[in-house]
Amino acid sequence: MKTCLVVDDSRVVRKVARRILEDISFKCEEAEDGMQAYEYCKSSMPNAILLDWNMPVMSGIEFLEKLRQMPSGTNPKVIFCTTENDMTHIQRAMAAGADEYIMKPFDTDIIRSKFIQIGLIADEE
Amino acid sequence: MKISDFELFKSLLYERSGLVISPDKSYLLESRLTPIAKKWGLPSLESMTMQLRALPDEKLIKDIVEAMTTNETSFFRDTKPFQIFQDTILPVLLEKRKTRKSIRIWCAASSSGQEPYSLAMILKEKEAELRGWRFEIVATDISDEILDQAKRASYTQFEVQRGLPIQYLMKYFMQFGDSWQLKDEIRNMVRFSNFNLLDNMSRMGTFDIVFCRNVLIYFDEKNKGEILEKIAGQLENDGFLLLGGAETVLGITNKFTPNPEKRGLYIKSDKPASTIVSPRNASAAPSSTSSFTSSLFKRT
Ligand SMILES: C[S@@+](CC[C@H](N)C(=O)[O-])C[C@H]1O[C@@H](n2cnc3c(N)ncnc32)[C@H](O)[C@@H]1O
Repeated sequence: MKTCLVVDDSRVVRKVARRILEDISFKCEEAEDGMQAYEYCKSSMPNAILLDWNMPVMSGIEFLEKLRQMPSGTNPKVIFCTTENDMTHIQRAMAAGADEYIMKPFDTDIIRSKFIQIGLIADEE
Repeated sequence: MKISDFELFKSLLYERSGLVISPDKSYLLESRLTPIAKKWGLPSLESMTMQLRALPDEKLIKDIVEAMTTNETSFFRDTKPFQIFQDTILPVLLEKRKTRKSIRIWCAASSSGQEPYSLAMILKEKEAELRGWRFEIVATDISDEILDQAKRASYTQFEVQRGLPIQYLMKYFMQFGDSWQLKDEIRNMVRFSNFNLLDNMSRMGTFDIVFCRNVLIYFDEKNKGEILEKIAGQLENDGFLLLGGAETVLGITNKFTPNPEKRGLYIKSDKPASTIVSPRNASAAPSSTSSFTSSLFKRT
């Protein structure tokens, strides 16, 4: 089973994301900010990371930059999932090594379609 | 709704657009047509049916037909047909049309434009390889309202997140507040016009590829058969037809043969099955989804 780390400071968002991810057969882990996510990745790399932008302690973008420097840090697919919905943020995230970008609010359809696009799940009909 | 009123709308819709509506969908008539009655200054649906019986106004009929269409669509809907277009159909046609160097594509129920624009983006990505080629994408629909929307090519945040890779959003869209405007370089690749699939198709000309997806599901067998046969008449003998996930030719017409490996892909029946495989790329051709994703969604 593939693992997805959900990094978001909102408990509600983490819960919603967990429900959707478990629906598409992911094992779900949670982190409340970039630092917790960083610590998690030091011990084991998830297959996917759903990443908020604005969080206390360490932001999503800072975490991503650190992650991509770690050994095997290029393995996880990183999908930003944030209320930042302007081109500047999108470009910055992609330049830092994100694989996809979701603008909140999101729903099952959006998560599923983005996960299919980057090859995390198969496109079963 | 009175049975006689239901019957009136039912036959009007069937005659005008081919839409088959069953009695359990009468709630849909009510919810979608009440706003039309209001627009025409009529106090109720009932008075609208009276007006239709007494003196049917063509414009009112058109409004009713358009209101009852289902315009659900998305960019790269179902992924696979676009993968087939890129990895199977294009290589074959680039070889077969190499002297003519032109390819005509028809999206026969294009709704708000996501389907033809997805094809246009794929072609744009291959611009270098396709230099010297002429691609024509003709997109048609029965609804003028949805065609206007398609031509405007302005999409909501929700619409640009369903199926559209973020790289394409960055490259081909401009943001205006909450909406995302497709750039002219893609918009200009598609020509929209109104066309009813029930009509004679000869004025459309001949095509190499026809996308007729997620529209036949609303029709009965008779119309499905007739439309597919007319499409066969507009398709080059070695051309390709793509249908939606819930659609098939089986038991409806023998003018087309399904490709057993590529779901949704059809060729004309009098052609040997071997025409489907690209002569050169047959073994080298990437076959998995990942090949499509990797070229479509490649990192820059
Ligand atoms: C569900 S959409 C399909 C859009 C797109 N092909 C796709 O697969 O996503 C169906 C479209 O068919 C159009 N339509 C319905 N009846 C039609 C007819 N008789 N002739 C042409 N278009 C029709 C509707 O207006 C609607 O936009």
